[in-house]
Amino acid sequence: MDTFLQQLINGISQGSAYALIALGYTMVYGVLRLINFAHGDIYMFGAFMGYYLANNQWMQSQLGSSLASAVVVMLGSMALSAGVGILIERFAYRPGRSPSRFTLAFWLGIVGAGIGQLIRPTAASLMAGAAAGILIGVILEQAGMRPVQQTSRLALLIIAIGVSLFLENGGQQAFGVDPKFFPQIIPTTLLNIGQLSIDSQKVMVLVVSIALMVLLNLFVHYTKTGKAMRAVSFNLDTAKLMGINTDRIIALTFAIGSALAGAGGILVSLMYPKIDPLMGIMPGLKAFVAAVLGGIGNITGAMLGGLIVGMAEVMAVGYGQSTYRDAIAFIILILILLLKPAGIMGKGVVEKV
Amino acid sequence: MRKWIFWLLALAALAVLQASLKGLIGAYYYQIVILVGINIILAVSLNLINGFTGQFSIGHAGFYAVGAYTSASVVYYGGPWFRAATAFLPQLAQDAVLLLLGILAAAVAAGIAGLAVGIPSLRLRGDYLAIVTLGFGEIIRVLILNIDTIGGSRGFSGIPQLSNFFWVYLAVVVTIVSIHNLVNSSYGRAFISIRDDEIAAEAMGVDTTRIKVLSFVISSMFAGIAGSLFGHFTMYLHPNSFLFITSFYVIIMIVVGGLGSIEGAVLGAILITVVLEVFREFGAFRLVNFSILLVLIMLYRPQGLLGTWTLAKRKQSAAVAK
Repeated sequence: MDTFLQQLINGISQGSAYALIALGYTMVYGVLRLINFAHGDIYMFGAFMGYYLANNQWMQSQLGSSLASAVVVMLGSMALSAGVGILIERFAYRPGRSPSRFTLAFWLGIVGAGIGQLIRPTAASLMAGAAAGILIGVILEQAGMRPVQQTSRLALLIIAIGVSLFLENGGQQAFGVDPKFFPQIIPTTLLNIGQLSIDSQKVMVLVVSIALMVLLNLFVHYTKTGKAMRAVSFNLDTAKLMGINTDRIIALTFAIGSALAGAGGILVSLMYPKIDPLMGIMPGLKAFVAAVLGGIGNITGAMLGGLIVGMAEVMAVGYGQSTYRDAIAFIILILILLLKPAGIMGKGVVEKV
Repeated sequence: MRKWIFWLLALAALAVLQASLKGLIGAYYYQIVILVGINIILAVSLNLINGFTGQFSIGHAGFYAVGAYTSASVVYYGGPWFRAATAFLPQLAQDAVLLLLGILAAAVAAGIAGLAVGIPSLRLRGDYLAIVTLGFGEIIRVLILNIDTIGGSRGFSGIPQLSNFFWVYLAVVVTIVSIHNLVNSSYGRAFISIRDDEIAAEAMGVDTTRIKVLSFVISSMFAGIAGSLFGHFTMYLHPNSFLFITSFYVIIMIVVGGLGSIEGAVLGAILITVVLEVFREFGAFRLVNFSILLVLIMLYRPQGLLGTWTLAKRKQSAAVAK
């Protein structure tokens, strides 16, 4: 019984981390009907930003190893993740949806920076390469190279895969391939409750994720912007006709989803401190499973789905074969899709002929 | 008569190339040529589901893996027995029969896997089907990791090298010809009708579920064949060769080339395989460039490089114009 309770607690904290990532999936799917494959990689990005912020000399000298520094690391990494989310939306997804400029300049700038870095590994060379790339991009755009409007959903999905590959490989390039160890920004203590001993970090993970989810729910249901977000998710074109700046709402959705994924990255790194640029792939897929399980597009469903997937996984590892760990989520997924394709909380869609 | 001449010429050309190619271009380029061939089979077969039938599968690596491991284990465990039983045959003939048996087993096993996935999941549409196929691919990989007789996480080593340029490109020709003929048959029109409008197709009397499962099974069988050829070329299989990124690469090939065009799939397979190799000079930076290239192609030319353009259609429309 005790081990069961112990596993239950492990499952809940693992599940709440999945839930945080799943929220971003479900929100983006809600507004764009797009499986944002890059989402898991933003989770990775968040963890790395946390790592660099926490190891920053200046930060350490200013704040020391206190709760304040943990809060700063958390918020800073969430903000940076949100920034990356907005950039991805702006330069990868929006050009296919509505006219937007500088797409080519952005991507060629990155390629140019990389080439500059290859030629001579100095900051000046990198900047010169980036400038050259941006210039070529702007010239090509002026010459008439514009993105095709009304991209199909399939093309959008491929773009998402491309962005995901970009973040993974760019991460390997920028952060190095070797795993890094996330610093203990919160001192660990073991809480003893009766026979149970609970890691204080697991409690922390649980508390922070629940707090974030409550905040998100309040935001979506009780603010005007949240209402606009729900309207866009209900019907994008109608929302546009009602005077909602849909592009801004979509960007905001990406920002919030990415910030939550970044937070998830830090929280998971507190429990399992080994981080590497490919760490986002599996949690990303599993969080997506969680989102589908709960009913994609449904925020409460994503939380529930995350908890179920995390719990099932921890239980399977605790009582069965740990090598099957990665298959559990997908088996759940296939079962739920066969039995209740709309997910637990999802609304069934009636097919119109 | 013309058919026979075509096949004889193809066989002769393949045999001549097989004899001379490796010496001509060196082992490194030879390996790339083989890889291109295997990727062509994968891309052309996936194009049957994604391009012609309009379903979205991202689990092709799963069927590829089933084929590779089935064929490898059949040959690895049955090979010695088979060679002893047919000791009167020359080595070359033994190799050929053994490889063909492996390919047959791979095609059957991958086809059964395709049937098992297809029947329950093809009721689903769009994104959901995509995710189920992805999940299936991952489940296959985890299963393989846990089966010790085929190497598990150590990888399956000691597979005899049976496939070579001749067999791979023979399979390429067979795949292209069969998919081409299939797409231009009444079944092919049923596939395309489902892609264009599933409800209308159903109203016209197409048994959509059966046709979708059929396209899924056929596609899986060819993926299995590709897997068999891959395993018998590299002589070593590891579950990490069949991560879902492998499926993504195949999708990228057909999308870059143009969905719904066999020529496009072939072009895409050649292009992506070669581009990945060329970018190797950039070191780790190559995949960054590759992913940016992918995003830009999708933004600036979402129908792919060839779209639904085909050699045959061009002739047809030229004939109509006259």
